[in-house]
Parts: sequence; structure tokens; C-alpha cells
Amino acid sequence: MLTRELLVIGAGPAGLAAAIEAAKNGVKDILVCDLNMKAGGQLFKQIHKFFGSKEHNAGVRGIDQGVQMLKEAEELGIEIWLNSAVVGFFGDKIACIEQGQPDGTKKIVYMQPKTIVIATGAQENVVRFKGWTTPGVMGAGAAQTMINVNRVQPGKNIVMLGTGNVGLIVSYQLMQAGCNVVCIVEAAPGIGGYGVHASKVSRAGVPIYCSHTIKEVKGDGPDGRVSEVTIIGLDEKWQPIEGTEKTFEADTVTLAAGLKPVSDLVKLQDIEIVFNNAFGWVPVHNDKMQTTAKGIYVAGDTTGSEEANTAMEEGKLAGVSVAEELGYITMDEAKDQRDQIWDRLRGLRTGPFGEKRAIAKVVQMGKFPVD
Amino acid sequence: MCMRVTDHIILGHDDTSKMIEITVDGKKIPAKEGEPILAALLAQDIMVNRYTVKRNEPRGLFCGIGQCTDCAMIVDGRANVRTCITPAVEGMVVETQHGYGIQEV
Ligand SMILES: Cc1cc2nc3c(=O)[nH]c(=O)nc-3n(C[C@H](O)[C@H](O)[C@H](O)COP(=O)(O)OP(=O)(O)OC[C@H]3O[C@@H](n4cnc5c(N)ncnc54)[C@H](O)[C@@H]3O)c2cc1C
Ligand code: FES
Repeated sequence: MLTRELLVIGAGPAGLAAAIEAAKNGVKDILVCDLNMKAGGQLFKQIHKFFGSKEHNAGVRGIDQGVQMLKEAEELGIEIWLNSAVVGFFGDKIACIEQGQPDGTKKIVYMQPKTIVIATGAQENVVRFKGWTTPGVMGAGAAQTMINVNRVQPGKNIVMLGTGNVGLIVSYQLMQAGCNVVCIVEAAPGIGGYGVHASKVSRAGVPIYCSHTIKEVKGDGPDGRVSEVTIIGLDEKWQPIEGTEKTFEADTVTLAAGLKPVSDLVKLQDIEIVFNNAFGWVPVHNDKMQTTAKGIYVAGDTTGSEEANTAMEEGKLAGVSVAEELGYITMDEAKDQRDQIWDRLRGLRTGPFGEKRAIAKVVQMGKFPVD
Repeated sequence: MCMRVTDHIILGHDDTSKMIEITVDGKKIPAKEGEPILAALLAQDIMVNRYTVKRNEPRGLFCGIGQCTDCAMIVDGRANVRTCITPAVEGMVVETQHGYGIQEV
């Protein structure tokens, strides 16, 4: 059976930061696995400047941050397997990996690493309305991946559901890629994301319908593709008001209704999970990012969806803790490093959006058993 | 018609110099070397990847990052290949998947 000092699952900002920080602190023989064709996770679709979280990388674009991290990982000799999904866990930390081969086929390999960091990110929530499975209805992040990473439009005329930051930013980016955003629909009475992002799309002439939702999507386009979208007004109890329908021609609907952690792997090991309103089901962890299973750490969206900056900081925490567990640094050295990272994390979790997450994190960590 | 985003205000010019050919349901289409199969299909306005097992309903791209399996197709005879995370290779044969994609013998 293969072995490693550290196996990182997921090469997004959290996983890469964990691998880099562990390597910097002396950990050798590190492997990062990712099921995607490229490393970097969601970073390479973030072509906007980072949300204005204080001095912390604000103004840096995710894509540039991604290039920087990949360079660092390479310089530190970190091995990355792409097209390689971790599909299961057995016994004591035995990972089953579907390893991508150069000819495009997959080979199953087993690995028992000394430590593991699970950084598998998040996936987009779905919203159910009549016709939600029609081809052309997709996640906003999926549309973002198509235009910014794959450089192809997902469609021409797009209705966006959701005015959180992802909905607003992706709407703007779709326009930058030459698509027409027909309108943005929001069930709440007000816009969810930052005002700056909302005014950017409004100035570009995109109507935003608050207190509205999608009633029905028709699939009369070629091959059953989306042809028409009907929206409807909602009253203060979020109930549809008959007679307020509006119908638009569109070939694509993008859903920006939040993210939920990808935590299947977490559930396969004996790791305690907990539900909270901010994040959904998430693994319990402590301030070292250690889970309730020895030697297994978590970081990034897997532990509750936030943003790239917080994912990186959590990754760093996990990397430092792995180095400590493997005996490369002392308890005091590890604590010093973690204290600094926690200062930055607290800075990032401020403001109207961050505070809610800060509180949820405290609760999540509070569930960690004390010995 | 979906289009490639060749010129972009932030990302600049996209290199489309290395084009290859793949076959989709018997028809030859161009693909950028190494791009996901799904991207090559979208560039040709092909949105449906598979039909569901029970109701035979069309499905297309939903997550784009290998999490949902809505983009599964038969690639070089193998069923259930997620086309959003599988690179296009010269001469590849791609087919729309019906149900589980198991071929009758
Ligand atoms: C589509 C999308 C768009 C987003 N856009 C923005 C944005 O514009 N701005 C912003 O601040 N935040 C955005 N976010 C939030 C984003 O999740 C964070 O910014 C950040 O990328 C989280 O980092 P991460 O490393 O935890 O996860 P990710 O970046 O998602 O990385 C996780 C990685 O794990 C891999 N993986 C998952 N399961 C396995 C497995 N079983 N085996 C191997 N590999 C696996 C995935 O392929 C992926 O590469 C977006 C999220 C999504 C899902
Ligand atoms: S679109 Fe979801 S797996 Fe490919």
C-alpha cells in the first residue's frame, strides 16, 4: 500500500495552503489529490478583485493568487495528482483514490497516509421550481467556470436567481463575457450582496426584481433546452401573488442560492458532524482544524462555505498543525504560528457577512470534545 | 449560438491555436486541445449530454466541477464519464448517454 506523510484532498486554496504551510514547516512527502483537470479549485474563476476584507489580499484577483500558490507548491516539491478523486475511506485512514492515468483511464490505488487534510470545497445549492431540471438551468458557479476557465458561453440570454455576491458578481462577469443578462430575481425584499456589486449591474441596465421568484421554466428550445422563464411576485410571507407573473425569453437560468459543504468524505470516517444555520452540516473541529478523528484535519469550504481568503487561512492552520503532529515543530512554535493566523481570520470574519460566520464558527468549535 | 470567449477585458486573448477534432454522435466537431469535452460541446451549442434512466428526460451541465454527474456521456465506449472534468483528446468518440449507458450485448 502507498503511504505519505500528508495526503491533502482537494487542490483549492484551502488544500494548497495546507500543503504549502506543512512543507514550509518541514513536512516531507506531501501529496495533493484533485478530481478536476486543473489545480486551484474555485480560484481560477475569480477574476474580480477580492472582497474588500481590510488589508487582507483586498484588490488581488483570485486567478493571480492561484498562480502564485501553484508556483510556491512546485518550488516546495509538493506532488499534485490531477483527475484523481478520493472516492472512499476504509479502516484507519486508508484512502481509496481513483488515480487519473495519462491515457485518460483511471486506476484504483490505496494509500495510508500518516495525516490527512480534507479540503473538498463546496457545491452549489439547487432551487426547485417547475422545470428546474431543464437543460440550460445550472449553477451560477457553473456558468462562471464556463466563461472564465473554459472560455465558452453557457448560453446567450440568461436569467440569474439570487442577489448574493456570487449572483451579482457572476452576472457582471457574464456580461464581460458577452452574454446578455435578462434580469436578476431575488426572493427577499432587498439585495443580498454588497451595494457596490449591485450598482455595477444596475448601471449596466440589468433589472433586479426583489420579492420575486421563478415560477416556471419552459424547455421548448432546441433539444428541450430552456426557452422561457416566468417569474412571480412574493408577498411578505414569501407566498406567490397570482397575476404578478412576467415572462421572459431566455435560454439559460443560473442559480446563485448559496453553497453547501462537500462533506461526503468526512462522513465516511468516524468524524463528528454538526448542523448550523450559517453553514449546514459541517465537521466539528478545534482551533487546530483537527477533527474528532485523530490525524484528520479539515479546511476551507468543507467546514462551512466562506470565501477564498478564509479558506487559505484555515488551510494554513491545518498545515501548521500537521507539522506539529508529525513532530517537525514544537507545540509552542505551532501555537505562535496559529495565533497569528487566527488574528487574520478574526479580521476577515467581521462586517455584516463575516460576523454571522464568526459566531457559527465559535459554536462549531465549541462542540469539540475537551479532554 | 453559444460562443467562445476569445477576447476578454481581464483575461485577455485565449489561445485557440491548437485545435483538434473529436466525434460526437457521429459528427466531427473541433475542440481546443485539452479543454473539457463539455466546453467543446457548448461551443457547438450542444447542451444535452444524457437522458435519464426512468423518464428519459434530457439533462445538461449543472455544476461544471465534477460534483453532480449531469454531464455524463459515453466516451470511447466507457459510460458515465463526466465531460466537464475530462479533457478532449484527438480522435475521441463521444456519445449521448441514454439511461445507464450500458450497451446491449
Ligand atoms: C462555483 C463556485 C464559485 C465561487 N466563486 C467565488 C467567488 O467568486 N469569490 C469568492 O470569494 N468565493 C467564491 N466561491 C467560494 C469558494 O468556494 C471559496 O472562495 C474558495 O474557493 C474555497 O476554497 P476551498 O479550497 O475550500 O474549496 P475549492 O476551491 O472548491 O476546492 C476544493 C477542491 O477539492 C476538489 N475535490 C472535491 N472533492 C474531491 C475528492 N473526493 N477527491 C479529490 N478532490 C476533490 C475539487 O475538485 C476542488 O478543486 C465560489 C465557490 C464555488 C463552488
Ligand atoms: S456538470 Fe456536474 S459533474 Fe459535470
